[in-house]
Amino acid sequence: MKKLIGLAGKTGCAPFPPKGTSPSRGIETCGAYIPRIGALLQSRCNSFLTGLLLPAAVLFGSPAAMASEGGVRLDTAPINPTDVISLQRGARTFANYCLNCHSASLMRWNRLTDLGLNESQISDNLIFTGAKVGDLMDVAMTRKDARKWFGAAPPDLSVIARARGADWLYSYLRGFYRDPARPTGWNNTVFENVGMPNPMWQLQGERVRVEPAAKDGETKEGHGGAGKSVKYELVKPGSLTPVQYDETVRDLVNFLVYMGEPAATSRKQIGIFVLLYLLALWPLVYLLKREFWKDVH
Amino acid sequence: MAAAEKPPVSGTGSVVLDGALTWVDQRFPLISTWKAHLAEYYAPKNFNFWYYFGGLAMLVLGIQIVTGIFLTMNYKPDANLAFASVEYIMREVPGGWFIRYMHSTGASAFFICVYLHMFRALLYGSHRKPRELIWIFGVLIYLLLMGEAFFGYLLPWGQMSYWGAQVIINLFSAIPFIGPDLSLWIRGDYVIADATLNRFFALHVIALPLALLGLVMAHLLALHEVGSNNPDGIEIAKHKDAKGIPLDGIPFHPYYTVKDILGVVVFLIVFAIIVFFAPEMGGYFLEANNFIPANPLQTPPHIAPVWYFTPYYSILRGVPPLFHSQFPGVVAMGVSVMILFGLPWLDRSPVKSIRYRGPYFKVALAAFVVVFLVLGYLGTEPITVWGQFGAWMGNADRATVVARICTVIYFLFFFLMPWYTSIDKNKPEPERVTH
Repeated sequence: MKKLIGLAGKTGCAPFPPKGTSPSRGIETCGAYIPRIGALLQSRCNSFLTGLLLPAAVLFGSPAAMASEGGVRLDTAPINPTDVISLQRGARTFANYCLNCHSASLMRWNRLTDLGLNESQISDNLIFTGAKVGDLMDVAMTRKDARKWFGAAPPDLSVIARARGADWLYSYLRGFYRDPARPTGWNNTVFENVGMPNPMWQLQGERVRVEPAAKDGETKEGHGGAGKSVKYELVKPGSLTPVQYDETVRDLVNFLVYMGEPAATSRKQIGIFVLLYLLALWPLVYLLKREFWKDVH
Repeated sequence: MAAAEKPPVSGTGSVVLDGALTWVDQRFPLISTWKAHLAEYYAPKNFNFWYYFGGLAMLVLGIQIVTGIFLTMNYKPDANLAFASVEYIMREVPGGWFIRYMHSTGASAFFICVYLHMFRALLYGSHRKPRELIWIFGVLIYLLLMGEAFFGYLLPWGQMSYWGAQVIINLFSAIPFIGPDLSLWIRGDYVIADATLNRFFALHVIALPLALLGLVMAHLLALHEVGSNNPDGIEIAKHKDAKGIPLDGIPFHPYYTVKDILGVVVFLIVFAIIVFFAPEMGGYFLEANNFIPANPLQTPPHIAPVWYFTPYYSILRGVPPLFHSQFPGVVAMGVSVMILFGLPWLDRSPVKSIRYRGPYFKVALAAFVVVFLVLGYLGTEPITVWGQFGAWMGNADRATVVARICTVIYFLFFFLMPWYTSIDKNKPEPERVTH
C-alpha cells in the first residue's frame, strides 16, 4: 500500500480537467483537498464530498500531485477533421513519436484506411514493429517496465482527445521547456511536473522559460492570465521552425481527435440525411393530424 | 364469458383478417382491450403542449430497451474489459456508435421527458384526487429511473462512472450504525470493483427494467380507470351524452395517436440533432472524464453527477454536517425526493389547474422552478464556482450559501403548501373545458 501511495504521488498522475474548461476549475474543488486529511475538518471547501470520499482517500492515498496543474489559458487548436492530408501527417507523427511509449490499443491499424491510405501504405510507412495491419496499435513496452522507467505507465491515447480536449493537447504539446530541477530535465507549462519528457524535442528544439509563471492554487486571481505571460527562449533550435512545429502539433492533434472517435465524420454525414428525412416527414404528419382533427371543435 | 357469446370481428375489409381476429378475440380480450385503452378511451379534447411528454417518455423507454439489448450483445461486464468493450462498440461494431449514442442520449432524454411530464402534473393538478395513485406510480417510476440511470452509469467504467458511484454508495455509509456494513453489502467488495460492476449490470439490464415496465403498465391502467385530467383541471365525465360518452372527450385513437405522432417527429428531430451532432452535449450527457478508464488510485479533481441528479446533489452538498456526520445531508436529499409522494395530500386547493389558481400558488410554483434549476446548475459545478463572500460572511462560498437558500425554498414549497393553497384567492372553474 505504501508503495502505491508513493507511486501515485510521485508520478504526477495528474488530475484530468473536464474537457473544454480551464484546468484551474479543478484546483480548488473538494477533491484537491482530500490529501490534506488533517486540514479536512476546518476546510472551508465543505466537505461533504470530501467526507464521502474520505474512506477512499484513506484506503488508497490520493495523488499528491493533484494541485500541480497550472491555471493556464489554452490555445485554440486550429484543427480540421476533414483535412485528410493533415490527418495523414498527424498519423505519421503519432507513429514516429508517440507510439513507442504510448499505446492506442482501442484502435486498429487498418482503420487508418479512413484517412485515404491503403493497407500496404499503412504497413510500409507507419508500422515499425512486427504488427500486422489488422492488429491493434499496441506498444511493446509492458506496463511494469513503464512504471520502472517513467514512474507511471504512459496512458493509452485512443480516446485521450475526448478526455482532454483538442485545445489542451495542442497547448500541452507546445508547452515543454527545459527545467534542470526535474529528473527528466523537462517541464511543461500546461501540465506542471509532468513525467513525460518532451518527445519531439528534436523537432522543437530546447526552450527555457524566461518568466516564471505565478504559482497556481491558492489565489483565484492568478488563473487565466498566467498562460499569456509565459515567455520562452529558444536556446537550441530544433529541426523545425516554431511555425512548422506548431503545424506539426496541429496535425498530430487533428489525428488524435480523429482517433478519439473515428466515426465522427460519417456520423455527421449520416445525421444530415436523417434530419432531412424527419423534416420532410413533419409536414405529412401535420397534414394527417389536421385532417383527423377537422371535426373536433 | 363463453367464446360463442362474443360477436365476430368485422370491418377490417378482409374476410381472412376478420376471421383471424375473431379466432383470437374468442380466446383473448383483444377487441375489448383495444376499445378500453385506445378506440373508446375518451380523452379530453383540450390537451396542449404539455401532454406530449408522457407518450414521449414511453417512446424513450422503448428506445432504451431496444438499444440496450443491442449494447448488451457486445458489452462486457468485467472491470478489465468494460471500458474497452464500450470503445469496441464505438469503433468496430457496425453502427455501434449510433446504438450507443442513442442509449446515452436516451438516458438524458428520458429525464427531460419525465421532468416535463411531472411539471405538467403540478401545473394542472393531475396528481389530485382521484388520480393520487397514478401520481404515486409515477413517482415510483421516477425513483426506479434514477436507480436505472445510476446503475447504468457505472457500466462504461470510466473515471466518472467509478467516482460518481463511489460518492453515491458512500452516502449509505453516512447512515448511523448500519451505514458502513450497508455500503459494503451494496458494493460486494471493500471498494467498487468487479463484483460491483457485475451486480450493477444485472440490476440495470434485468431487475429495474422489469420493474419499470410493470409500473408503467400500472400507471396507465390507473390512468384509464379514472380518466385523463386536462389543462382546465375539471372532470369531463360530469357532462356525458345519451350514450355515456363525455361531451368534451374524443377517442384516444385516432385523435391523439395522430397528434402524438406529430410530437414524436418533433422529438426525433431534436433527438437526432443531439445524437448525430452533439452526442456529448458539451459534457452534460457524456462527461469528458468518463473517457479515462476507471482508476481507483486517482480521484478526479471535480466529481459531479450527471445533470439529472444535480438538484438533489446540491441539496446533499449544501446541508452542513452535524457532529462531522454527513447524515443530515443524506436525509435532506432523501426527503427532497420522497416528499413528492405526499404532494396529492399537501395540496389543499379547491381547484386543480393553474389557470384558476390564485397568486400564492403561482408564485410558489415559479419559485420552485427557479430554485430547482439553480440547484441543478450548482450541482454541476464545484462549490467555488462563484467565489467567496467577504469576511463579513465568514468567507463562505457564495455557491454554498445560494444552494442553502434554494434548499430552504425547495422544502418550503412543499411544507407550506397546505397553508398557501387553502388561503389562495382562486378563480371560478368553468363547467366545460376551454381551449
